[in-house]
Amino acid sequence: MNAIILSAILGVIMMFCSAFVKNKKSYKVVAFIGLIILLIANIIETYSHSFFTFPLYGMLSFDRFGLYLNSLIIVSVIIYFFLSSSEIEHVGEHVAEYFALIIFSLCGIFILTSFSNLLTLFLGIEIMSIPLYILTGSQKMSLISNEASLKYFLMGSFSTGLMLMGIALIYGGTETFDIAKIVNVHGGNISFLEVTGMLLMVASLCFKVSAAPFHFWTPDVYDGAPSVFTSFMATIIKIGGFIGFIRFLSARAEQTNVDYNNTFGIDWHFIFAIIIIATLIFGNITAIFQRSVKRMLAYSSIAQAGFMLFALFSMNDVSKEGFLLYAVAYSFATIGIFAILSKMSDVTLDGYNGLAKTHPALAFANVIFLLSLAGIPLTAGFFAKYYMLSSAVEVKGYLWLVIAGVIFAAISAYYYFRVIQSMYFKEGTTEFQYEISKPFTIGVIVLAILVILVGVFPQTILNYLYF
Amino acid sequence: MPIQYYIALAVTLFCIGVLGVLIRRNAIIIFMCIEMMLNAANLLLVAFSKTHAALPNNPLAGIDGQLFVFFVMVVAAAEVSVGLAIIVMMYRNTHSVDINFLNRLKN
Repeated sequence: MNAIILSAILGVIMMFCSAFVKNKKSYKVVAFIGLIILLIANIIETYSHSFFTFPLYGMLSFDRFGLYLNSLIIVSVIIYFFLSSSEIEHVGEHVAEYFALIIFSLCGIFILTSFSNLLTLFLGIEIMSIPLYILTGSQKMSLISNEASLKYFLMGSFSTGLMLMGIALIYGGTETFDIAKIVNVHGGNISFLEVTGMLLMVASLCFKVSAAPFHFWTPDVYDGAPSVFTSFMATIIKIGGFIGFIRFLSARAEQTNVDYNNTFGIDWHFIFAIIIIATLIFGNITAIFQRSVKRMLAYSSIAQAGFMLFALFSMNDVSKEGFLLYAVAYSFATIGIFAILSKMSDVTLDGYNGLAKTHPALAFANVIFLLSLAGIPLTAGFFAKYYMLSSAVEVKGYLWLVIAGVIFAAISAYYYFRVIQSMYFKEGTTEFQYEISKPFTIGVIVLAILVILVGVFPQTILNYLYF
Repeated sequence: MPIQYYIALAVTLFCIGVLGVLIRRNAIIIFMCIEMMLNAANLLLVAFSKTHAALPNNPLAGIDGQLFVFFVMVVAAAEVSVGLAIIVMMYRNTHSVDINFLNRLKN
């Protein structure tokens, strides 16, 4: 509750800042302090109590998993602001509004980590998405940014329509919006309406997390948006969408004593296996042919979504822990890569030529982030992938899916290593659009060290889920 | 009237909306088709709410369906304000609302 209310208030404060504070440099300080207060308030709620107590009527319910994910997301946003806030200032004139929109979208994610009703799921998804349409189009004079924004908006609201139809059909079949009650209404018998509704809901949530049959908007939107906001979309928003997806399905899986697979009357393991395979194929194979690193990262984010979908496929305790690790590993590494990328003037592979000569520290940190995305041992990505795949091993009859996951992880190493090759083994000079400051370099190095620490001691992250 | 008629009407409207999004090339018409999808869902919610209220178990049954419709209207209004702003921004730069202009990012 703390995080939801305080983030909404912080967003409003940011908007007032733009009216009353003229100094553009001070906005990021306000946002930074606000986020730290948010983090402290969320930790207080995790360990003792909420500041706000009023009846929720079964709309929201707060559990340890959701609150811990809130903390991790706030930490990611703090890191993101620390590394990238100077680029946010360069996007356009309305700097305070960009911060405000990011924080409003964060508020939507906090609702998604705690919803227990289809109404709050719908509101959370919308509060998360609508600010992003604006952020994508924030370079008003750039045609590419306009195009990305319109495409994202049309696709996003189309998927909203699908989701609403799904919710209406589920309501027709079960007489309730409460995700915990939905399953038991007819004593296990599932009506035709409910199954259709579930399929529409899954399709629309696949849109939001860019899983395979519905991934086609992702590369264009990620490529067209300003790089700083692509970083936010590819990491924190994607994690937020996944949390909504996981809570939606897991609440139903926990409520019934029967096997998760039989909860919906359809073979859900099979459906998710198909989605995972398609996502991995599209993401990885297309990423190989990209010349632009920004576009390559967009395809790589589809491929990484394929691995995160394993959490939905297996839906057991291991997959919950695995998702936590994956969220941390993926968002830290991607925020780091995008922080460097958004300072560069040329975002193709050639732009990275000779980075190791001119900025050895940045190049080294970039190598660690790329290795983590590829899942090399001793980086956070390895244990994240390991947990995900081992959660899928527990599901009987789907060993082929695990093997395919390992093969695609190996393929993904190819296109990540091409960036490393450009940085270390090619001649050239990397040109930067914006100045590389000393705190920025130190921040990137600290983030790289964090990625390695999570890779060596993954249990430290997971312990906080229980203690 | 039986609930099946309402379901058939709402699903027909929804399908017209989906087809419009897939076929039409004008950004504003696509946008209207999306609104039609939302309103088809609204109609279905209200119809189900009425059927559930007729069940004898609970006097407040079905009220949440109607409540949902108001939230959908508010969210749709927020989406309209953002969406029209984006379309106007695009019109200023290209003097057209044709969706075929969306091909710069393809290569």
